[in-house]
Amino acid sequence: MEVVGSSVAFEDVGSIVAFWSLAVVTVGAALMVVAVRNLIHAVLFLILSFIGVAGLYITLSADFVAITQILIYAGAISVLILFAVLLTPRAARDNAETFLQVPGLVLAALVGVTIGAIVLVTDWNEATRGPFSETAVAIGEALLDKYVLPFEIASVILLAAMVGAIVLVRED
Amino acid sequence: MSVDLSHYLLVGAILFSIGLYVALAKRNAVGILMGIELMFNAVNLTLIAFSRFVSPPTDVTGHVFVVFVITVAAAEAALALALAMVVYRNRETIDIDKINLMRW
Amino acid sequence: MIFLAEWWDVRDLGNAVGALLEWLGDHGPDWLPYIVSAVVGSITIVVFLLTSLLVFAWVERRLIGRIQARMGPNRVGPWGAFQSVADAIKFVTKEAITSANADRWVFWLAPILVVVPALVVFAVIPFNEGMILADLNVGVLFLVAVGSVTAIPIFMAGWSSNNKFSLMGAMREVAMLISYEIPLVLALLGVVIFTNTMRMNGIVGWQDEHNTWLVFLQPLAVLIYFICGAVEINRTPTDIAEAESEIVAGYHTEYSGIKFGMFWLAEYFAGFAIAAIIATLYLGGWTLWGLEEWVPGWMIFLVKLYGLFWFFIWMRGTLPRLRIDQLMAFAWKVLLPLGLINIFFAGLEVLLWQENDLPAEAVLPGFAIANLVLAVVLIAAWAQLLGRGRPQYRPTRARLVKELGAVIYGEEA
Repeated sequence: MEVVGSSVAFEDVGSIVAFWSLAVVTVGAALMVVAVRNLIHAVLFLILSFIGVAGLYITLSADFVAITQILIYAGAISVLILFAVLLTPRAARDNAETFLQVPGLVLAALVGVTIGAIVLVTDWNEATRGPFSETAVAIGEALLDKYVLPFEIASVILLAAMVGAIVLVRED
Repeated sequence: MSVDLSHYLLVGAILFSIGLYVALAKRNAVGILMGIELMFNAVNLTLIAFSRFVSPPTDVTGHVFVVFVITVAAAEAALALALAMVVYRNRETIDIDKINLMRW
Repeated sequence: MIFLAEWWDVRDLGNAVGALLEWLGDHGPDWLPYIVSAVVGSITIVVFLLTSLLVFAWVERRLIGRIQARMGPNRVGPWGAFQSVADAIKFVTKEAITSANADRWVFWLAPILVVVPALVVFAVIPFNEGMILADLNVGVLFLVAVGSVTAIPIFMAGWSSNNKFSLMGAMREVAMLISYEIPLVLALLGVVIFTNTMRMNGIVGWQDEHNTWLVFLQPLAVLIYFICGAVEINRTPTDIAEAESEIVAGYHTEYSGIKFGMFWLAEYFAGFAIAAIIATLYLGGWTLWGLEEWVPGWMIFLVKLYGLFWFFIWMRGTLPRLRIDQLMAFAWKVLLPLGLINIFFAGLEVLLWQENDLPAEAVLPGFAIANLVLAVVLIAAWAQLLGRGRPQYRPTRARLVKELGAVIYGEEA
């Protein structure tokens, strides 16, 4: 896997335009998830946010993770959420907030501001490196070489989740 | 104006705080799950940004971590929604203000 | 490949585009070649798809008519050849009704979004060595990911119609789609295990280099992919979610006019996409054992694509429709285990091959025969296991009942 180019930041017009448009789409869609008054519309905006994040992964030259994000988040988890909304027909679908709205807002704002301040203040040890050229091979090798234990445990987690979900929802 | 690591981290921070607000303030259990998924996405974005800008050139640890986070997020979403369905079956609602049997 | 890299070499139209982009890169800003290549590629793909659609909508109706012992369209032009044009005019001029209580934005957006995955898939399909819009390093995974996104617009269409039957049709459809995604991925993985790359041009190159088509090495995988592809695009025998005699045309019940035209368009485009993917991954793409030096590669590819689409049409005319529970049982109980066993044996074979450094010419024919035997044995074994092959379920010749005049299977009159 070779390193192509060597820049710490993106200077070219294409990457800058791509980043800003995708960031606006992602954050805008996330804000609409909060704001719309219809749960299904909120889920659709969430899917848009997922796709925006996948685009941001591509600007970071993480091709495998971007495609995995679309495959799993926009393709599977979104379908799961939509099924859950549809299989609960008598639940309220107006995307209302609880009584903890204001404390939640204050806490979220505090957390956001804190993280943002840390990001801006810290002097990140940015290496002069270029983008990856192919991540799929490296990820595959890492999964079977260095991280084989989490890999196996993740498969057990998936099995447990599958069996658990089926057992929970069974009508006995 | 160049795009730097801090830009990606700020986008991640904003997404995380929006997700936190949704997880804390929504009434519908599915809405809370949506907030949690937003938080996962923010964390993944931060991980990939670090992997791209900070880690050594042949290190894909960030990517592997993100693959695991996505996997566990999928499993957890399935279970959370299964729980929501069971609660709906028993209580006809998934409004967390009304599921309050274990409160004082 | 001995292609001349000249812009006038018609065999690889990517050369002309490449020369144009180089000229633009020299005489214009830096980002212009990217935009121009994207625009040129997209327009070419859309024009190609629309032209194929016009031709094949007519071909399909004529072929199905002949299979069903009738004429098919024969009014509009010689042998009904302009029937597609008449269809297009009908779609455009019909009133696109929106029901009163339908969710207007989602209702309007769903037909548009349904076409998007079918189009986007063509970005990674190589029509020739230089004629690929985006030669991704994870091309095969891209196909799967974009295919899995089709579930969302279908859901949107079903839900926004404000119609119980549409919703049920959409839910059935989405359940079918997500069930058949897994065997689809497993079939594609069989290919990737042999070729060691997920790049589409890399896979075509592998098939060319080893002078073989992957259909010979992975017969079970191509069968699984063909079936899963047919289900993913709602072709009969699996169009349970949208057939007119079923749940009132399912998720696109409430759509009329150009909105329905978009669904119809998306189905054909997706059919072309599946045919193109099988042609690329299993049938060698734009190569034909050296013929691509005289005949343009994209012509060879198109012949393969249309040949496979002809198989889809044939299947539609011949097979009866399956029920939704039969379909789901088939996916989970038959295709998924077969796909897994196929991967296991493919991995075993590649391991034996690479570990012992055997020459390809000796080993690949052996693998082809072994995989073919495996496919036949597995299919027969599964049929026995799941009871389809047992004699008491096989319908015997029909006998006439003298009193009633009805036809009963298997019972003496």
